[in-house]
Amino acid sequence: MEPSTQKLIHTFGALADLGQEIAGTGDFTEMVRTSMHLLLGTLALRRGAVVECSGPGPLRCVAIWGLGDQALKGFEIDEAQMESFLGGEIRDALVRNTSSGFLNKYHDKLTGEGIELVVPMIVRGEVTGLVLLGGKASGEEFSNDDFETIRAMVRHIGVGIHTHRLLEQLAQRAEENRRLYDELRTIYRDTVRAFAAAIDIKDKYTQGHSERVGRYSEIIARELGWSEEEVEGIQIAGYLHDIGKLIVDRDIINAPYKIDAKNSIELNRHPNAGYEILAPIRHPYADIPFMAKHHHERLDGRGYPDGLTDQQIPMGAKIVSLADSFDAMTTDRPYKRRRSFEDVVVDLRENSGKQFDGKVVAAFARAILKEVKGETRERRITKMLGKTYLEGDQVETLLTDLISDLEGDYSRKEAKAQTL
Amino acid sequence: MSVCGPREGSNQVDTLNGGLVRSHCVGTTAVVYASDYLNKLSGEKIERECRRQLNCGCRALVIDFSDTQLVNSIGISILLGIIDVAEKSGAQIVFSDVNIQTVELFEMLGLTRHVVLAKDEREALLNLSHFETTTPVVH
Repeated sequence: MEPSTQKLIHTFGALADLGQEIAGTGDFTEMVRTSMHLLLGTLALRRGAVVECSGPGPLRCVAIWGLGDQALKGFEIDEAQMESFLGGEIRDALVRNTSSGFLNKYHDKLTGEGIELVVPMIVRGEVTGLVLLGGKASGEEFSNDDFETIRAMVRHIGVGIHTHRLLEQLAQRAEENRRLYDELRTIYRDTVRAFAAAIDIKDKYTQGHSERVGRYSEIIARELGWSEEEVEGIQIAGYLHDIGKLIVDRDIINAPYKIDAKNSIELNRHPNAGYEILAPIRHPYADIPFMAKHHHERLDGRGYPDGLTDQQIPMGAKIVSLADSFDAMTTDRPYKRRRSFEDVVVDLRENSGKQFDGKVVAAFARAILKEVKGETRERRITKMLGKTYLEGDQVETLLTDLISDLEGDYSRKEAKAQTL
Repeated sequence: MSVCGPREGSNQVDTLNGGLVRSHCVGTTAVVYASDYLNKLSGEKIERECRRQLNCGCRALVIDFSDTQLVNSIGISILLGIIDVAEKSGAQIVFSDVNIQTVELFEMLGLTRHVVLAKDEREALLNLSHFETTTPVVH
């Protein structure tokens, strides 16, 4: 093979490898080191280094080969030197041509280290760094072809460094945006909780109700395997489910007896009112207004405001509905004391498939059972219900039986649906 | 066993480093075998093995290219680095069993100015024997 042909093949191979290296997303320092090796190996240069700079000031060595670790220590570049590089020709890169201020200043040190060429990496009119190169192993002078090869490869390396910087800036901005987004979410959650507290203040008998419904809803959704985003959404829906009560007369809400039909109609306006209040807001989570609107719907269609049935009711609303009812049954009300846990379980069993979705009830029962059996570190449900509420020999059996019944029902329903 | 491994007379002990680089010692000469494609990955392993052998007192290196089909630019750069390190340690270096295309590449790039080429490992060791018998060994 003709030497010139072989040299071309060798150079093209190196350029192809360099392109691949620059385009890679691996470690930055390793990319620069490999690129430098490719350049040195293309022309068989015995030593070299790649240094980067961000404006005038000290140069930072990224890769070095065949030189001592401290060979380039203390090298700095100033504005005038940068200008001279920007306006220079490739031949100015020769250390022995001391036309560049930089080469003039460090001439003796560079020659002492065996550096013969100092080529600036210029990208978009800015010096991003320098490539310092020793002489050829052949002992020959650099040819015009060599200069062209060096120029092309140095430009590639410069682009690689520039791209890396852009990606770094992008990553920083993304991190900053993420932080701001997290802050916004925190502010949103705090605001929602403040609203929940405001709703509950209106009802002197159910203080903390919205907060508890939010937490129960979150626990149920988590047990159902919802994503973190969806769990956060349902918690917010729980906090806000009664926001429509803000338009209901305080006397009706705080009536110390079971309210009459007329007042019931007034009170039952709150789901629609809640929807009206929440719908214009751009929530970071989906369907919150609908969860508030339909949290009093029942599977059998006897709920309000729209009398929806099973499949028509959003899953989120079914969860909030159960959380809401469970809290109502397990807290004291103006007209009745809270019910025993055994009584509550009986109610849940009887109303599964009528008022509540059996799958949702089973999920809630599983979450309670985990706490009762000490399988969870946090005892959030116990804290909300009070320390002694879930104590007793029967609690575990009640929950196990409930889960077994509901899951059995569900399996039978599924099988029936498949045969139809 | 020391990191340098056994080094007794002409005993040949293969050592596997990083699972890929094969080497053995003949007296104070280390023979290191290059892989079929001398690129960054295999080149760096060879370089590490050569440095290890020199640090352990080797006075000469033979890099055997009998399995090597191709040497790329990074391979060239790494080989120049090995030559540099060997020169600084005062050690001789011989490349053996290099195929014709790689010989042409080494000649074109000027590597042959710094390294002796031998037909095979035996010839490389013979070339080095004179150097070895006249140079004191430092461990």
